[in-house]
Amino acid sequence: MRLPAPARVALLAAAVVAVQLATQASGKGFYLTQLTMTAYYALVVVGLSLLMGYAGQISLGQAGFFAIGGYTAAFVSTVDLSAQASLPALALLARLGVLVARPDLYGGQILGVNPWAGLVLGVSLASGVAFAVGVPVLRLRGHYLAMATLAFGTIVSAVVVGTQRLGAADGISGVPPFPVLPGVRIGGGSADRVVNYYLAWGLVALSMLLLGNLVGSRTGRALRAIHGAEDAARAMGVDAARLKVRVFVLAAAMASAAGVLLTHYVGGIGPSETSAMKSVRYVAMVAVGGMGSLWGALSAAAVLEFLSLRGVFGAHDDAVFGGILLLVMLFAPDGILNFRARGLLARLRGRPAGSGEGA
Amino acid sequence: MTLDLALQYLVAGLTYGAIYAVVAIGFNIVYSATGIINFAQGEFVMLGGMLAVQLSRSMPLPAAVALSVAITAAVGAVVEVAFIRWLGKPTVLRMVVITIGVSILLREGALFLWGEGVRSLPYFTGDEVSSVGILGARISPQVFWVLGTVALIVAVLEWFYRRTLLGWEMQACAANKDAAALCGVPVRRLVTLSFAMAAAIGALAGAVVSPITYTSYAAGGPLAIKGFTVAILGGLGNSGGAVAAGLALGVVESFAVSVLPAAYKDVVTLSLLLAVLVVRPSGLFASGEAARLKEF
Repeated sequence: MRLPAPARVALLAAAVVAVQLATQASGKGFYLTQLTMTAYYALVVVGLSLLMGYAGQISLGQAGFFAIGGYTAAFVSTVDLSAQASLPALALLARLGVLVARPDLYGGQILGVNPWAGLVLGVSLASGVAFAVGVPVLRLRGHYLAMATLAFGTIVSAVVVGTQRLGAADGISGVPPFPVLPGVRIGGGSADRVVNYYLAWGLVALSMLLLGNLVGSRTGRALRAIHGAEDAARAMGVDAARLKVRVFVLAAAMASAAGVLLTHYVGGIGPSETSAMKSVRYVAMVAVGGMGSLWGALSAAAVLEFLSLRGVFGAHDDAVFGGILLLVMLFAPDGILNFRARGLLARLRGRPAGSGEGA
Repeated sequence: MTLDLALQYLVAGLTYGAIYAVVAIGFNIVYSATGIINFAQGEFVMLGGMLAVQLSRSMPLPAAVALSVAITAAVGAVVEVAFIRWLGKPTVLRMVVITIGVSILLREGALFLWGEGVRSLPYFTGDEVSSVGILGARISPQVFWVLGTVALIVAVLEWFYRRTLLGWEMQACAANKDAAALCGVPVRRLVTLSFAMAAAIGALAGAVVSPITYTSYAAGGPLAIKGFTVAILGGLGNSGGAVAAGLALGVVESFAVSVLPAAYKDVVTLSLLLAVLVVRPSGLFASGEAARLKEF
């Protein structure tokens, strides 16, 4: 079934509305909280899918970019600058709207950073880091790139856990809601639940529309050429190095934006978001959906992340993701939607499977 | 820093460095035979330690360590047969993800069997407080066990690759699989053997070091990253380079902790890894000539 991208987005929108109505009708409105979180994680997965499936580059450091966004937002929105408010630089920032005053729990005033500024800062920081890491590291292939990105993610994790100002092992809590539009704010209050659900999934739909355009464009074809045969693509005049870095930065920017928004939504972030296992889970969801399939990645993320957040896998959460990852890569490396039993049987009987291997 | 304190840091660094070197050698053995980086190598070290602790409750220590090494070697062989052998020529991306999946399963299996607790073997000689004085530094006897075991592993491997028919066959297999197969080398069996050897070596190191560093189900991941760093620094496939790089990294880390907060120890290592990957992905000791022929 090959639907054009706008039709798919329309289908997604219909599904999003249907799910919301179903939860309302069945009195399970609380599901929307996990569904909203799922949407933000799905943004990370879709970005990674672009990097892995289209540019053919693996990243085991996506949780690091998510954390750069989340921790930046958490840090700047919880810091209290009211003691320094008289400094001219801060007064100027306050006049520009970068700093905003809000009441604290005890009736006092906190002078904090506007969440919009936090969003811009977090995404720029992650994109800058991705650029700095990506330019040298993306020259490497395969194992080297995997380990380099894993090392990057682990550095972020170690820095976060080792820094008191970032809450060390406790993380940062008490992150205020993010007023996006008048009357609309990203936060965990139950009154905002439905609005947040639509906002998050609206962002997902918008991303799918934009990424769909990108993939169908000249750039998308160039990316697929790089994945297929980098040297051949180069010979055809594709600037492979530059394109790979751009996609790497784009994936990092999406992960960090998701980090910022999710942190405001749940009101905090902790070091578990930076763990290598988180990065591996994102890779697993891309793999399940099928390399090179943005919609497959979105579907896999929506199902797996929601089940995981609902606690369906219990204490075996990581084991389930490891097992899924292993099974998919062993038996259906093109994703479960492209599972080909005949090729597998031929392989198991020791005969060549005919067609070459994808992904 | 006084001399005895510096010596103390040096010895601690060498001890950790020796273990990193062994993990790196495990990477090298599998990489040479298959071209695969086995992301589950750290889990073999963890498994060796945990199994030895478990077995030492029902048998004398040497038997427990030996049996633990044998079981881990069997696990290594099973991993190869079950997850890698029948894949044909998989892409690098697929192999990376599969070995990561294996490492998660081994780790979660250990968590299921032994829980989250931190365990360790008893000291092989003496106990926590016994020590040998050298130039004013106090050194635990276990340190000598670790360094001795690592030296033994390196010597035996050297002998194996240089002097035995099986070792030659493995080198042939690493150099050119098809040519080796044409000469009658049982390539598939040797690949399985390489996984078993890498697992056994990792397990032995994991058992010997556990009285000093302790071990838990999650100990494998960090070791794998350190071991990989060392393997890259020494040049992938170069075990002599791995020993030198391992000891050097251990010492650097050890002295870094004396000036930086302990939490940043890994940041130093990993920044080093990133820097080397960027500047010299062929490793510190490789010749530029050979590096140009490889693909990174």
